[in-house]
Amino acid sequence: MDKIIQKYEAIVIGASAGGLIALHRIFSQRCLDFNLPVLIAQHICPNRESLLPELLRQHCTGTVKDAEDKDVITSGNVYIAPSNYHLLVEPDKSIALSVEGRVNFSRPSIDVLFETASEAYCDALVGIILSGANSDGAYGVSQIKKRAGLTIVQSPDSAEFDTMPKAAIEASNPDFILSLDEIGILLNTLCNRG
Amino acid sequence: MNEVEQVENERLEVQLLLEAIYLRYGYDFRKYASAHTKRRLEHRRALEGLPNLAAMQHLLIYDETFFNRVLLDLSINVTEMFRDPWFYKSVRELVVPYLKTYPFAKVWHAGCSAGQEVYSMGIVLQEEGMKERVQMYATDFNELILAKAKDGIYPMNLVREYTANYQQAGGKSSFSDYYTADYDNVVMKRFLKEQVLFSSHNLVTDGVFGEMNTIFCRNVLIYFNRDLQNRVLNLFYESLCPGGFLCLGSKENIKFSDVAHKFEVVAEREKIYRKKRM
Ligand SMILES: C[S@@+](CC[C@H](N)C(=O)[O-])C[C@H]1O[C@@H](n2cnc3c(N)ncnc32)[C@H](O)[C@@H]1O
Repeated sequence: MDKIIQKYEAIVIGASAGGLIALHRIFSQRCLDFNLPVLIAQHICPNRESLLPELLRQHCTGTVKDAEDKDVITSGNVYIAPSNYHLLVEPDKSIALSVEGRVNFSRPSIDVLFETASEAYCDALVGIILSGANSDGAYGVSQIKKRAGLTIVQSPDSAEFDTMPKAAIEASNPDFILSLDEIGILLNTLCNRG
Repeated sequence: MNEVEQVENERLEVQLLLEAIYLRYGYDFRKYASAHTKRRLEHRRALEGLPNLAAMQHLLIYDETFFNRVLLDLSINVTEMFRDPWFYKSVRELVVPYLKTYPFAKVWHAGCSAGQEVYSMGIVLQEEGMKERVQMYATDFNELILAKAKDGIYPMNLVREYTANYQQAGGKSSFSDYYTADYDNVVMKRFLKEQVLFSSHNLVTDGVFGEMNTIFCRNVLIYFNRDLQNRVLNLFYESLCPGGFLCLGSKENIKFSDVAHKFEVVAEREKIYRKKRM
């Protein structure tokens, strides 16, 4: 329970197949004073414009945008990894992008986001893995866990595709395994402490 | 040792490593984006089975072939022909008409990697009847990749993607007019190389590349920290004629630099800027 009382500075979310619906569901529960910055790596087809910004914008008071290089990560904003770029967090908590090769067959890769974010935020980071049909993100969550951040995985039986949640659970023994609604409630609770 | 200390110590190790590379080989990575640099060095460390980055320092100092491998790790060379087709469409519509106003123009591709961008622009210029009137300079700090750019030989399995890009970019002919195929590769046709000068240039340590009408530098600045981006954008400003164009990668920006107000935005999404006539 200590982990719920702790103060957090940022949330990273990784999602793949089935992730769009899951993200929408979580965001539709955001309350107005939800003020932590959120960074999202969602696998999508390269060269396809993501629907995600449009979908999430209706639930956010801050800016929802494709992350741009050197953006300073700001409370209340949502940053989405652009298609075909890896999203990284710099030690000074700004954004860096990279076109280096695919990691886990993915660009953006969830592992890349989670690992660099956990180095920047250490125990002040919340990491969430949602539905997906591969195992990207499993290593990333374990890094967040190792650095005493808060780790949450969507319960496999509630996920449209359970491979990604299962891999993350196996790799990291996360702090919480929850349904989407429960994740929404937990995030609101965390924000109200901040 | 707690995790925060661990992370800080690793940062220190990276810093010392980059210092060693600079002092020993003259390549300066000290102002590259640090999360990226750390990842690439860690990647090499794991491949070599070394216990930590400090152990890599010895190898780096004493073994030049090892250094060359690390150099490749640090310079991400991923590129493609007509990357972001809509960008090339805008280049055709906005930049080429400007080049046409000159009897002779100069175009610089900085950080050209294996040359795909250079040939893409070569094709655009050819189709616009401008090829003979433009001198192109293609530079990169990585000599190995520059040699590949000069050869212009690319794997056959990429051609389908390149062809689709070419068509979306508003290509006026057939993409197959521009290469000859052998078994596994395609070779870009000779006439596309005639007006190109390939040479080594390091954006961190080398100087101005004078009197350019247009500069392409796409997906290179993302690897630099803000300070270094600022230096390089100043270098580009100095290298451009008044009214000249600067083309960056689709997620890059000049807004953080102190020359930002000396450029006007020509195309926001395409990241095409123009040096103001002061
Ligand atoms: C990701 S590639 C971009 C290639 C191409 N411009 C494109 O957008 O498709 C980045 C290139 O920048 C080069 N580069 C990195 N640091 C450099 C420096 N200091 N000076 C010159 N080139 C550099 C790398 O060698 C690599 O070829």
